[in-house]
Amino acid sequence: MVRSALTGTRIRERRTALGLRQAELARAVGVSAAYLNLIEHNRRRVGEALLERLAVALSVEPVALSEGAESTLFDSLREAAVGAAPGDPVPETDRIEEFVGRFPGWAAALAARQTRIAALERTLEAYSERMAQDPFLATTLHEVLSAITSLRSTAAILAETEEMEPEWRARFHRTIHEESLRLSATAEALVGYLDSLDGAETGLSSPQEEVEAWLAGQGWHLTALEGATAPGAEALIAGVAELASGPARQLAAAHVARVRAEARALPLAPLRRALAEDGPDPARLAVRFGLPLATLFRRLALMPPDPSLPPVGLVVCDGAGGFTFRKPMPGFALPRYGAACPLWPLYEALARPMQPIRAVVELAGRLPQRFLTYAICIPTQPGGFDGPQVLESMMLILPAPAVCGDVERPVGVTCRVCPRRDCLARREPTILTDGL
Amino acid sequence: MGKKQVLLVEDEPNIAEAIRFILSRDGWQVRHLPEGAAVLAALAEDRPHVLVLDLMLPGRSGLEILADLRARPEFAALPVLMLTARGQGRDRDAAERAGASAFLAKPFANADLLACLRSLAGAGA
Repeated sequence: MVRSALTGTRIRERRTALGLRQAELARAVGVSAAYLNLIEHNRRRVGEALLERLAVALSVEPVALSEGAESTLFDSLREAAVGAAPGDPVPETDRIEEFVGRFPGWAAALAARQTRIAALERTLEAYSERMAQDPFLATTLHEVLSAITSLRSTAAILAETEEMEPEWRARFHRTIHEESLRLSATAEALVGYLDSLDGAETGLSSPQEEVEAWLAGQGWHLTALEGATAPGAEALIAGVAELASGPARQLAAAHVARVRAEARALPLAPLRRALAEDGPDPARLAVRFGLPLATLFRRLALMPPDPSLPPVGLVVCDGAGGFTFRKPMPGFALPRYGAACPLWPLYEALARPMQPIRAVVELAGRLPQRFLTYAICIPTQPGGFDGPQVLESMMLILPAPAVCGDVERPVGVTCRVCPRRDCLARREPTILTDGL
Repeated sequence: MGKKQVLLVEDEPNIAEAIRFILSRDGWQVRHLPEGAAVLAALAEDRPHVLVLDLMLPGRSGLEILADLRARPEFAALPVLMLTARGQGRDRDAAERAGASAFLAKPFANADLLACLRSLAGAGA
């Protein structure tokens, strides 16, 4: 269990609030007063069993003592400790609470640096992934190489061949003209493409990314679609700066139509009530409302903030595994290009259409994180019985409950940035230590 | 002694034309195919001394074609010059594993192309 706060400080605060003396509490939990004093000053770690006894004696849940608002700070410091280079002195992670307690300013500064480093590494990974897999860059590079090869050979022929029939000479001059035009057009396209990149981000290169950027700007919730008089797709997407391309507007219109239909089928008010009563279990909610699981997946993922709903991510893919929708979940990175980790329940569902899957996964990273996932694959026959079967697989991502009996499945984001070197499902080596 | 024959498989027409000109001037008999579907048939028909194969071809890639012909005893020893993209070490490794006899990275010098082909034809003769 991750201990991510000033546990000792909270124990002391709770004890004094209850008017208990240190010796009394120490006796109640079976430790010496001196040892409890060390704990309360964050100089000793609290084991699981002792934490539970303290929680009982202080009439609180153990998690109230071990988790707190400083958890982000502690996570960042642990990440910094994990990232220490081999050969460097090993950071005293067992005294992390003492460090934060005694040197809060230094701790905050170190955590801020770590957060910045992590953000830069993510950007670097994104660029690396883009360079390796971006189809536009790959095609452009090939075009440039072909044009330059042709120019070089042709120019050398003209320069080095003393006697040449006029027809050949004219033909090679034409080639040089053609290839120079091609090269300048390719360069222009490349510059336009690079110009489209947002300074800090890695840019929007596909219609899907344009739609996702638009939705992210709306908090992933289109409020206007919730009422009985929801506007049409055209009115909603007209003039939206993020939807620059025609294909993006087409995708956005399809999204709006689906959200509007599903908002009518399941309005927000009853959904909020059900969430407060039943929690965010999509299967239970689907039964309660008599609606398909896919509708609940999307309604939960695209809801405005609700006290009964933790952060929710959603990823949808087609029968080939290509992403058609990505709503990120904090801590659960979704690759921008190429395929994700083949061990995701999303792909398991693809192989077992109509069979719902619930799985707790542990996402590899410096600090492995656990998530609860629900996945389902829905086959449709848009062309009737004689048409092809179209598959759509979706995976809802929620924070994993603090205590659950599920065995965690180890997964990653995508092989290129996954540190699980011995993974049996790996399809290519990681760049994490070789390339970064 | 007749002319040395080469089969050139290259989808870029201007590159193919330049190569054809350079080799013809050097005394080679060149047959050009813009894509890979008919390579095996052309090899069986002409029995060229060398095959010049571009790696990135529409349809079947140069690697697939190479693997295919190396699996046939009659072409197992045919000298094959693979044209790859400069800096693409992975492509080069893959071509080596598939059985390429030599590589030339694009863009290349015409003199290097000639030297490479002469060497391959000499070794294969």
